[in-house]
Amino acid sequence: MNTASGVKKIRVVIAKPGLDGHDRGAKVIARALRDAGMEVIYTGLRQTPEMIVAATLQEDADVIGLSILSGAHMHICPKVMELLKAKGLDHVLVVIGGIIPDVDIPKLHAMGVRGIFLPGTPMQDIVDFINGHVSSRAEVV
Amino acid sequence: MKSTATAEKPTEREGSFTTISGRPINRLYTADDVAGLDYGRDLGDPGQFPYTRGIHPTGYRGKLWTMRQFAGFGTPEETNERYKQLLAAGGTGLSVAFDLPTLMGRDPDHELSLGEVGKCGVNITSLADMERLFEGITLSDITTSMTINSPAPMIFAMYLVVAEKQGADLKKLSGTIQNDILKEFIAQKEYIFPPRPSMRLITDIFEFCSKNVPKWNTISVSGYHIREAGSTSLQELAFTLRDGIEYVQWGVDAGLDVDEFVPQISFFFNAHSDFFEEIAKYRAARKIWARVMKEKFGAKNERSWKLRFHTQTAGVSLTAQQPYNNVVRTALQALSAVLGGTNSLHTNSLDEALALPTAEAATLALRTQQVIAYESGVTNMVDPLGGSYFVEKLTLDMEEGAYKYFDAIDRMGGMVAAIENGYPQREISESSYRFQQAFEKKEKQMVGVNVFAESDEKPFPILYIDDSAHDIQLARLAELRRTRDNAAVERTLGALKEAARGATNTMYPLLDCVRAYATVGEMCDALRQVWGEYEEVPSI
Repeated sequence: MNTASGVKKIRVVIAKPGLDGHDRGAKVIARALRDAGMEVIYTGLRQTPEMIVAATLQEDADVIGLSILSGAHMHICPKVMELLKAKGLDHVLVVIGGIIPDVDIPKLHAMGVRGIFLPGTPMQDIVDFINGHVSSRAEVV
Repeated sequence: MKSTATAEKPTEREGSFTTISGRPINRLYTADDVAGLDYGRDLGDPGQFPYTRGIHPTGYRGKLWTMRQFAGFGTPEETNERYKQLLAAGGTGLSVAFDLPTLMGRDPDHELSLGEVGKCGVNITSLADMERLFEGITLSDITTSMTINSPAPMIFAMYLVVAEKQGADLKKLSGTIQNDILKEFIAQKEYIFPPRPSMRLITDIFEFCSKNVPKWNTISVSGYHIREAGSTSLQELAFTLRDGIEYVQWGVDAGLDVDEFVPQISFFFNAHSDFFEEIAKYRAARKIWARVMKEKFGAKNERSWKLRFHTQTAGVSLTAQQPYNNVVRTALQALSAVLGGTNSLHTNSLDEALALPTAEAATLALRTQQVIAYESGVTNMVDPLGGSYFVEKLTLDMEEGAYKYFDAIDRMGGMVAAIENGYPQREISESSYRFQQAFEKKEKQMVGVNVFAESDEKPFPILYIDDSAHDIQLARLAELRRTRDNAAVERTLGALKEAARGATNTMYPLLDCVRAYATVGEMCDALRQVWGEYEEVPSI
């Protein structure tokens, strides 16, 4: 979307995959990103990897933010990454927030999840990370 | 304020003095703050209406609170072992944590169960799993609390059948099912069916239990999850009690006698970090409930007036950074619950911002309660803070604030209508965002996170739950479907649908489904076919 000044806003899909309904973190970060000037699409609860990738395609999003607190991240993230590749959406920046054991962090990085945010992360750190890592086509012009 | 006050005001630290919920606090409270307080009307001795000071005349001198540690993970056998350990360590009640597939009424082979089986709690698919969960534990000797909401009738039916098979007398069986669907729509979002048929399942349980399992706590009206979702202390109090009032109203509308089912309603609150505000919350809760039951609903049985509650320390206050600090937080929170007169308590483990607790961490959490109970001396007298200018003023303020919320919700047509309008959900989101902003600006501080942080933290040993439970439960489900009498399953599920379409109590056909080894997913699917599923409109 173009604003009046011709600056393209970063588009972010915030998604809650799996069965978990604890959406406090997802909603707080969605608001923080919106307040930081991004376009935020919140999918709501109980999204399958297919639904998340379809929303990313449809919304022409630059970033996917996954909120996972249930321990299912090692099942959900590989599927999301695989589907993104299959749809030619490799440029999309994928970040995750939630309860992620240390041992899983290198594995998530290896499959292409760029940002991993653990409990207690300031919102500004996430905003800065997205601003600094989103692929050039969406950067401020 | 006196005109000389400014000149005399001693220097104070920078910033505002507010509770964690943003409530402004004065420097000093005096008799003037509680000038309108009437002992008989507003407090009463412990054991006397309106029970502000407690529901038992002897407090903890009569009986300590129940030390009930919430636990569950992996397969039923793994959790069974943890229960035996907790009972051996001096725990006095069990509390079952179910995994997300069970909580959402999905079998392990459903698409959305991917990666979730046995992760956040124990997986219970059919009666066979419930039998494994309580193997070697005599249900008539203990009380069990089960944190289950949408599929509460199915899981409760399984528990009853296991008790029956053990030869227990259901009239004496005691325990709790959470069964609080309203807070699911408001906060935790583990709903299946739309609000109105969900409320009907609850009134079915009220009726079934008053006849068949009279000592069972049919519902644990929960503020815990409302608070964890980011509400203030006052919102937790107000929404929880208003939920309780809504259940009572629906029970009355279904033709039940208040004094028959209200004594079996219990409550569940959060113990957050703001010490005195939490104590005031518990005291105000007892007072409000007693008044409303007596005056609005005309309850005559004293047991209908007495608000009994379980407390859990605040999971959301735990930090992944410097996890040992969590032991201290939990101890202070637990002390506030005890000084507020809790009837039952769960203390969180120090590692719960990282994972489900290890056995060592869970034992330390239980020991924290035992130190308060057996060493601190706070159990020697009842309501030691009664009469404190500050605590009494806060209690009055909390009460007044709660009634304001009740009025707003009543004007919307009650809690179900308010939820359908998204009102409590929006109120909580606002509070949660406001707290986050205050935290980012360091107006609200968390030790080890935004103050006194350390950059080189050592890794902390955690419980890592692998996928073995998923594989085992999936294989068991396939085996079950092969070996059980599938015609009986079909027949009993058909009878359940028939009851759901009409007005027959659904608990009776559910017991038959359970005896035929129908799964949680199959029973919930049967009701999904009749009532449909609830879907929230996502909003931020």
